[in-house]
Amino acid sequence: MSAPVTQHEPAVRIVKRDSIPTWKAWCIRLLAVVLALLLSGLFIFAVTHLNPVAVYQGMFEGAFGSERNTWVTIRDAMMLLCVGVGLAPAFKMRFWNIGAEGQILVGGILTAGLMIHLGYTFSTPILLCIMALASIAAGALWGLIPAIFKARWGTNETLFTLMMNYVAIQLTSYCVALWENPAGSNTVGIINMQTRAGWFPKILGQDCMLNVILVMTLTVGMFLYLKYTKQGYEIAVVGESANTARYAGIKLSRVYIRTMAISGAICGLAGFISVAGAGHTISVDTAGGRGFTAIIVAWLAKFNTFVMILIAFLLAFLEKGAIEIASQFNLNNDASNIITGIILFCIIGSEFFINYKLVFHRRKEAAGK
Amino acid sequence: MRGVTKTFGSVIANDRIDLDIRQGEILSLLGENGSGKTTLMNMLSGIYFPDSGEITVRGQPVTIRSPKDAFDLGIGMIHQHFKLVDVLTASENIVLGLKEKGRLNLREVSARVREICGKYGFSIDPDKKIYDMSVSEKQTVEIVKVLYRGADILILDEPTAVLTPQETDRLFDVLRNMRKDGKSIVIITHKLHEVMAISDRVAVLRKGVFVGEVSTSETDPQKLTDMMVGHAVTLNINRPLVEPRPLRLEVKDLTVLTPEGVRALDQVSFQAFGGEILGVAGISGSGQKELLEAIAGLQTAQPGSHVIYHPPTPDEAIAGAHVPVAPDGEELLGKNPRQIHRIGVSMAFVPEDRLGMGLVGSMGMADNMMLKTYRSGRGPLLNRKPPRALAEKVKQELDVLTPSINTPVRRLSGGNVQKVLVGREIAQEPSVLMTAYAVRGLDINTSYTIYNLLTEEKKKGVAVIFVGEDLDVLLELCDRILVLCAGHVNGIVDGRTATKEEVGLMMTNLRKEAAGV
Repeated sequence: MSAPVTQHEPAVRIVKRDSIPTWKAWCIRLLAVVLALLLSGLFIFAVTHLNPVAVYQGMFEGAFGSERNTWVTIRDAMMLLCVGVGLAPAFKMRFWNIGAEGQILVGGILTAGLMIHLGYTFSTPILLCIMALASIAAGALWGLIPAIFKARWGTNETLFTLMMNYVAIQLTSYCVALWENPAGSNTVGIINMQTRAGWFPKILGQDCMLNVILVMTLTVGMFLYLKYTKQGYEIAVVGESANTARYAGIKLSRVYIRTMAISGAICGLAGFISVAGAGHTISVDTAGGRGFTAIIVAWLAKFNTFVMILIAFLLAFLEKGAIEIASQFNLNNDASNIITGIILFCIIGSEFFINYKLVFHRRKEAAGK
Repeated sequence: MRGVTKTFGSVIANDRIDLDIRQGEILSLLGENGSGKTTLMNMLSGIYFPDSGEITVRGQPVTIRSPKDAFDLGIGMIHQHFKLVDVLTASENIVLGLKEKGRLNLREVSARVREICGKYGFSIDPDKKIYDMSVSEKQTVEIVKVLYRGADILILDEPTAVLTPQETDRLFDVLRNMRKDGKSIVIITHKLHEVMAISDRVAVLRKGVFVGEVSTSETDPQKLTDMMVGHAVTLNINRPLVEPRPLRLEVKDLTVLTPEGVRALDQVSFQAFGGEILGVAGISGSGQKELLEAIAGLQTAQPGSHVIYHPPTPDEAIAGAHVPVAPDGEELLGKNPRQIHRIGVSMAFVPEDRLGMGLVGSMGMADNMMLKTYRSGRGPLLNRKPPRALAEKVKQELDVLTPSINTPVRRLSGGNVQKVLVGREIAQEPSVLMTAYAVRGLDINTSYTIYNLLTEEKKKGVAVIFVGEDLDVLLELCDRILVLCAGHVNGIVDGRTATKEEVGLMMTNLRKEAAGV
């Protein structure tokens, strides 16, 4: 026979929540941010003996300290948002498109190439239209290839889109070598520096105003597309269950291909915005990991493009702030990345407390019986 | 068990339950689906931990935090869904997870397994792989696994749900042998005749509350039903004979392969008529799923198979909604659900996997209502007005309990999910209505709501195909019953005259062998 069991009851149990009021969920998220700031403050003090408040102030100054800094932050947030908006339909369909990086690059390559070769042929508005269309086509193609393979032969889209990134990176290297300027620099340099041909025009005196207008239009458009159109409904059904989609008579292959074309096209357009509206050059760093960072943007927002605005700004703020404190306090880049990491960890971790609650075992109650 | 309570979110699954299990007896734990039987036993076997209350085993208060704790106390549970590793043999599965000192000697294990089998009257080959086993054999492995670990309190969760009547009898013999050996056995069930056949005592749960316990010898099925449901219910289902019954669906030589190339359906032929309910009986996994999915256009069939749809004639009551395309029948195979819909066939299908196939769990009732009709209307935008109106109508007419028509259906209880699904399918005014395990997991009241809805459709002249698992229900509800066995049609019987034993026998291969086929 068995020995009597003398273990104690578990002190904490994890219980799944039925549902949670929206305000409570946001309170938890807010608490997570506060906790993240406290934790990183502790880290800053422990490692550098700097005043955390001063460091945070430095971060804020880096992101929003001057008008120029503010616009750079806005520009970066818009880039991130644009890619996030592009990823939203694919991820909502549970199609793991981690190939945004490559889709941005091919859009950027075409934009840069056209800017170099047609800069003296067309006026800037016409050139911008041509570049936009070309980058959309290139991004869509880059998204279509894995989608067609998945629809036809059931290949794994995660690996396929990832591999497409490397192809795009190599293509970019090749083009950089091709368009090298000045010779031997191994960079393309700022394209059309003097003529500004094919550059985004200033609107209301701001270089990046057109970026904001384009991306905000896409954001609103994607929100409406996902929520109010038949195609958006199909994406939601396919994402929930492929079986339900077949049951409803939805052609899976068609939805995969169509949605990935849209997803790739928007990421390609992000490449266009990045080249024509921000960097005015092309290099393998044009995408700069945004294709991956934007996955966080899309997921954290649960594919709601308006929430994405918030998250894109948070990430852009953290990045700019990190660079600022790195130079201001002589911290190296890794230290500021750790702070970014802590903050993201807390925010993502808070989702656990939104879905589950902890029930603590009350010792007194047990003793009373 | 004293005062045991368990809550999930805001749902109280078990409310202060007191239960005694005595040595050397078979106790039936009776209750409708969702009454908290499995939850209660899961706390005994260490899957869940009670919110409050205490458990005493052989006079000792104990804390059971994991299945291992439960095994140490001699408590073993055989779950409804088997937890076996397919590619391992019976013996390997039995010793899996045991921490015995020294090297693993599988021959010794097999010998002990044989010994246990001999003692209680099982038959099992210890060296057979799980994937080669029938459902009944797998269950035997689960029971031996528990006995091998020295359990003397055995809990069986709906052990007969997957068995034929003959296999059930064999299982009951084994359980009686165990009782003789001094083991305590708890069987969770909602089948009254089994309770009467096997158990010494019955404990009844209703909506998480302990209703009472009685000796089996002092009760009868009607009394138990009253305890289970809380009020007297009649067990009769209304079964009118509808005239005329025109030919609606003709299935000829339907052969469907599984992805592994095994014949899930082999040359299946039958006819379904408007104005009748055709029952489909069979052990689970005999091809029911493939049959319905092939008709619905979700499975590819082998060449030579036919599913011919005969449209209603214009003078039929249900004809108004449908456009007859080819008067002498339209081939449905080779068309997907959308094409079938487009040629004017209104086919309703309530699949077995409600949230994985029939509905979108994360969407509300309203959005689910338009799953098959969202394409209607011009332009790229959705028209949410009709589905909203339909959702309100279904909610009202079928008493769907939901906070709002926008609450994700995943959050609704099983019965309400099924009402949403059946409500939508009936609302499309079908001429063919197929249901797979339409009442699985539903309480008695909801089940009867569903039976009545199906009978109403039948009266309208709809051809209803009802795949069921409870033979008592099939025999009371259906006009004819088709019996499937391993992908073959083993016969079609009249639901009014057939007996349970007859159908049960046809569900196994016995009849075929007797006929020398």
